[in-house]
Amino acid sequence: MMVKIQIDGTYYDVKPGKNLLETCLALGIDVPHFCYHGAMGSVGACRLCAVKKFRDPCDQKGRIIMSCMEPVNEGLIVSVNDPDAKMFRAAILESLMINHPHDCPVCDEGGECHLQDMLVMTGHNYRRFDFKKRTHFNQYLGPFISHEMNRCIQCYRCVRFYDDYTGGKDLAVFGSHDHLYFGRGEDGILESEFSGNLVEVCPTGVFTDKTLKEHYTRKWDLSNTPSVCVHCSIGCNTIAGERYGKLRRIMSRYNGAVNGYFLCDRGRFGYQFVNVENRIGEAQIRTSKNSNPVEATPDMIASACAEALSGSKKIAGIGSPRASLEANFALQKLVGKENFFAGVSRTEHTLAKTAIDILQHEAIHSPSLKEIEKADAILILGEDLTNTAPMAALAVRQAARNKGIEVAGNSGIPPWNDYAVRLKAQDVKSPIIMANPFSAKLDEIAEKTYRAAYSDIARVGFAVAALINDGAPGVKGLSKEQLSMAQHIANALKEAKNPMVITGTHGGSEDMVHAAANIAMALFLHGKEGALSIVFPECNSMGLGMMDGKPFEDLAGLPADSTCDTLVILENDLYRRADQSLIDDLLERCKNVIVLDHLITGTTLKSDILLPVGTFAESEGTLVNNEGRAQRFYRVFPAEGTVIESWRQLKELMIFSGNHESASWENFDHVAQAMSDSIPAFAKIKGHMPGADFRILNEKIKRQTMRFSGRTAMNAQFSVSEPKSPVDPDSPLAFSMEGANETPPSSLVTNYWTPGWNSNNAMNFYLDEPNGSMKGGDPGFRLLETAATKHILFFAPVTGAFTPEAGEWEIVPAYQIFGSEELSSQGPAVAERIPEPFIIMNRRDAEEAGVKEHEMIDLTLTRSSLQVKLKIDDNIPAGVAGLSTGLPGMPFLKLPESGRVKNSKK
Amino acid sequence: MGGKVLLANVDIPGIRGFDTYRAHGGYIAVEKALREMTATEVSLEVHKSGLRGRGGAGFPTGLKWSFLDRKSDKPRYLVCNADESEPGTFKDRYLMHHLPHLLLEGLIISSYALGVETCYIYIRGEFKYLVGVLEKAIKEAYQHGFLGERILGTGFSLKIYVHPGAGAYICGEETALLESLEGKRGNPRIKPPFPAFKGLYGCPTVVNNVETLAAVGPIINMGGEAYAKIGRGRSTGTKLISACGHINNPGVYEIEMGLPVEDFIYAPRYCGGIANDKLLKAVIPGGSSVPILPADLILNTAQGEQRLMTFESLAEGDFESGTMLGSGGFIVLDEDACIVRNTLNLTRFYRHESCGQCSPCREGTGWMEKVLHRIEHGEGKMSDIDLLVRVAKNIEGNTICPLGDAAAWPVASAIRHFRREFVYHVKFPEVVKNIDHGAIQSDTELLIPDSGTGIKYW
Ligand SMILES: Cc1cc2nc3c(=O)[nH]c(=O)nc-3n(C[C@H](O)[C@H](O)[C@H](O)COP(=O)(O)O)c2cc1C
Ligand code: SF4
Ligand code: SF4
Ligand code: SF4
Ligand code: FES
Repeated sequence: MMVKIQIDGTYYDVKPGKNLLETCLALGIDVPHFCYHGAMGSVGACRLCAVKKFRDPCDQKGRIIMSCMEPVNEGLIVSVNDPDAKMFRAAILESLMINHPHDCPVCDEGGECHLQDMLVMTGHNYRRFDFKKRTHFNQYLGPFISHEMNRCIQCYRCVRFYDDYTGGKDLAVFGSHDHLYFGRGEDGILESEFSGNLVEVCPTGVFTDKTLKEHYTRKWDLSNTPSVCVHCSIGCNTIAGERYGKLRRIMSRYNGAVNGYFLCDRGRFGYQFVNVENRIGEAQIRTSKNSNPVEATPDMIASACAEALSGSKKIAGIGSPRASLEANFALQKLVGKENFFAGVSRTEHTLAKTAIDILQHEAIHSPSLKEIEKADAILILGEDLTNTAPMAALAVRQAARNKGIEVAGNSGIPPWNDYAVRLKAQDVKSPIIMANPFSAKLDEIAEKTYRAAYSDIARVGFAVAALINDGAPGVKGLSKEQLSMAQHIANALKEAKNPMVITGTHGGSEDMVHAAANIAMALFLHGKEGALSIVFPECNSMGLGMMDGKPFEDLAGLPADSTCDTLVILENDLYRRADQSLIDDLLERCKNVIVLDHLITGTTLKSDILLPVGTFAESEGTLVNNEGRAQRFYRVFPAEGTVIESWRQLKELMIFSGNHESASWENFDHVAQAMSDSIPAFAKIKGHMPGADFRILNEKIKRQTMRFSGRTAMNAQFSVSEPKSPVDPDSPLAFSMEGANETPPSSLVTNYWTPGWNSNNAMNFYLDEPNGSMKGGDPGFRLLETAATKHILFFAPVTGAFTPEAGEWEIVPAYQIFGSEELSSQGPAVAERIPEPFIIMNRRDAEEAGVKEHEMIDLTLTRSSLQVKLKIDDNIPAGVAGLSTGLPGMPFLKLPESGRVKNSKK
Repeated sequence: MGGKVLLANVDIPGIRGFDTYRAHGGYIAVEKALREMTATEVSLEVHKSGLRGRGGAGFPTGLKWSFLDRKSDKPRYLVCNADESEPGTFKDRYLMHHLPHLLLEGLIISSYALGVETCYIYIRGEFKYLVGVLEKAIKEAYQHGFLGERILGTGFSLKIYVHPGAGAYICGEETALLESLEGKRGNPRIKPPFPAFKGLYGCPTVVNNVETLAAVGPIINMGGEAYAKIGRGRSTGTKLISACGHINNPGVYEIEMGLPVEDFIYAPRYCGGIANDKLLKAVIPGGSSVPILPADLILNTAQGEQRLMTFESLAEGDFESGTMLGSGGFIVLDEDACIVRNTLNLTRFYRHESCGQCSPCREGTGWMEKVLHRIEHGEGKMSDIDLLVRVAKNIEGNTICPLGDAAAWPVASAIRHFRREFVYHVKFPEVVKNIDHGAIQSDTELLIPDSGTGIKYW
């Protein structure tokens, strides 16, 4: 049902119930605004979106209203261009500018500034204010964000985003009248995992990207490429900006099904690993197993590779969950299916396979983040999303509000009327149930939390399924508390319209994934959708799991003589995945170890031939996120030196090995096509992504903005002639400011721009409506709709109840947003945020073990021991301890396993 | 002139205490309402009385009460607005100080009528000493069974809490008040939703001024119709006026609505005329936010009719030549008062008290203050005067709450009626420093070029 409204004399058929501002933006009509935001709705504070409303066609006078607060109803008559409204908007800008420092020439926001856009759009251009401006002190906010308060125009977006949208607690508005201050109570690191979005949410240069500022570049001088975040399995869409051959920043790229407008801080600031010293620039060779590899000439490398590959009886390959599908495929081609190992441990491999099987079940639906945001009851089983899949945690936070939005809706308050909804909803929340061994940030929005060992969480999960559907196997011997918890959860899920279960593989518990699947299937039988979201460890864990492969332990376990002569390892540091002795032994046994990677790791140090390959920024490839969505990233800039993409390197190796199948892979499309043809799970990829020959009116899509400047001056200190811009044979994108002027397909957007909007608020004009989908559909497409399994077969619980043993703790992994992910930890900004290794125990346990809070304690596990700091969490069950996991410098640990603790000093 | 309704007993020694208050007819209204009347009947009496809000806007109280969402299953609240911070207004303070039980009576009866079981008195932070007075009165009321569970053996129970603010004027605006009461920053909310639907903690809420609520007891005693007979037209009953400025008898007066302004200023029982035998220059009759009027327009309307102390008469002539009864803070300026300095003073107040939420008010008040400061200090420009008018115009009617209007009107009206004084400040900065401001009013000899707008002002 549509309603007819009239804007400046033109009639439009529009969706009812929206506000006038978002309706105008969806229609492509410029209405200046500041405080409204697609994801956060309206509060009517800035007063910039004023338009004139007329009572009826005879009303000549009209009155000024705020378009963001005006519901769109049949017969609405408004004028955006009315002279009074225009004058009023200009006056708002004038008033905002009186205290603004007007320091655009040195401002980090300049050129991409919403305030600049609005100044030009409203036409305010003459300053009548001739007094001293008010000034503020700035704060130190940590390694990610710079603060320049003088530029603030008091739109309140920052606090609304930080506090209301993400649940942050340490950013607030202070002061009053014309002396408002947006910042922290005192200097200090912004605590929220989503603080980086302030850079995009703030319409001026108050909050800016500190990592970009260090190498300041005008925004219009960045060369931008659509990319996909590689720092967790969610696969948020990004735009990566380059200048002078260095990656300079990550901005969010809108994807209505995945990350919407936002990114997490790991995703935004983790990019620095691309630029670090630790990068491998040249190919290297080592002469003996006892030395480290050293740089070698191309000829030496070529002959070493040829010798290793052509002379081998058996070549094996270990792929990687952080490499693209195409790179893994090329490796599989090089070594043959039977010799291709997935590059993950057996536990992870089994879990991934199980999870993928489950997600392909007809009864199960793997939801997108957008769908998670729409859920009205969520059970989270054993996954600390804030640390393992941050943007999923943000989606859950939005889901928690749905009940309140519904309650408000029942009293006629539209969802976009943000303040009124919050006022009406008060504490009403959709039931979010957090079952996790230790306290997690999402607990604060949870209706109920359940603290237990993984096995108990899984058992309660099984019980929940059995309570929803008798067909699901029940669990014997549950305590009264567990039973009532299970009953509560079952009721909450059954009563919801869109219930959802979220779990993950980080806990290493197959039972838990099975329990989650049982619940989803039981819900399906109960008439619901059976929505189950499973979080994976890495950016392409899902994609890798969909390929034929075996855990690498299978290779390591073979008798020494049948292992292989030549082992090719793709973008993988095996020391992060198994005990050092096992990997040492494996690498020792293989005559030739060829490693392709971009950063120096324990594994690259043990390579006989080390081949430098591009990071995501110097390659193209496809990743499959945890939803099962295939998404492509593109080369941001051509790599330096001998660095090439992994798939290209592997293509060369194939030729060395005598396999000339790859000779025809001239560009990326060819390898992608070959993969699509040979792996049925990826058949859809072919034809779904615009290929390298895609053109708009015969033109490629430009990476650079139309204002890209100083092209000829950039390298004038070396040569005054303008170099030819590099060619990109692998994508429809050009390293140029020349190209198609039309809007590209959603997955190829390099910049958000539309006349009048240089800031990223131009994004709204790429959407069917603010906070909606990208025009023409959101980027990426789902591979999982196959419904491979149809009949419902419930899983049965395997492990029994957890029983603590005196003096022993079950050590469970506590992943950290900053530190646990391999690549992002290498960048200096993220590195500053990495905590020192710690263990979490409850107070009674700690007392029993004779250890004290904040002290270093010795932790002894079956095969290793380490020193960690003790944190107390009174909610963690007795006999269970959480250990920070995967932090730089920590050894590989196969968790959960049992461990002992003692005071370091004694 | 009719007798006093609210302050009839104010001079009785000890009237602040329960016993004396009770001995002089106190709490009879409560007994009458709770024992003999239904909640609807009480509301009906208030409706019939024609009582209008005494907090500034003059909104009919009966009508406001009828908006309260009675369908909601949530608790309902009554909030007494005792934040009285408007410059020139000090009647609520007087009332609470001397007659706390009169307010409590009003609260009890109103709560009964509205079906409220919890009532808050949000009191201005600076009135710290009154918190004790009110709490003592509340304690006495509990002790005598007029508060607490099952009052007077009826099914009606009520708790009253006193909540001091932290000294922000904006927290007198009803929605900012509710925010503050909830423990948040006192930023006004956008209406709708109105408090009657989503008020305190999202529950249906009525916010009324102290004086409004205090009038409820007497209304029940005398009957709505009898109350409506006092006063004039739609301005029924009596009104407390806090008079201050250059008058002989500053203080709080209870007047019957309809009293001529002239009488109020000059009658010995009220203001007693202008102090030191000076001439009247201007009056701000309803608290600092209402438009200022020069002597001739405050005594008589532009049509030459006598101005009366009613909502309607004071507003006669709209913004061109009228003003408002507002909260009844009657500020009188004599011939020597400097309008520019006075306006600067008020604007400084509004700048300081703006919550900072919406752009026109937050930035506009600061800007106006700076410009006025400059003019007052002999550094003004001719264009500043029109600039002030423009900035004020941009604020007026375009903000989230009426503080924006309250800040704009004093400036706009001062320039409208006393433009020559602003011009004089710009043109003769040196003279202004020691001038007799009254002289400028009548001085037509000053030849001042037009300010660029094409309009000549004298
Ligand atoms: C800036 C501002 C300050 C106000 N301060 C007060 C105040 O101190 N006391 C008061 O009763 N009403 C004040 N009001 C009016 C209230 O918003 C509200 O209209 C009033 O409390 C309603 O009570 P009434 O209907 O009994 O007048 C203020 C309004 C504004 C806009
Ligand atoms: S800091 Fe930025 S987002 Fe926050 S209020 Fe100021 S301008 Fe708005
Ligand atoms: S949630 Fe994951 S994919 Fe998204 S930005 Fe963060 S690390 Fe990247
Ligand atoms: S008008 Fe002034 S006081 Fe009222 S909400 Fe806006 S900024 Fe705050
Ligand atoms: S966008 Fe409407 S008031 Fe700010």
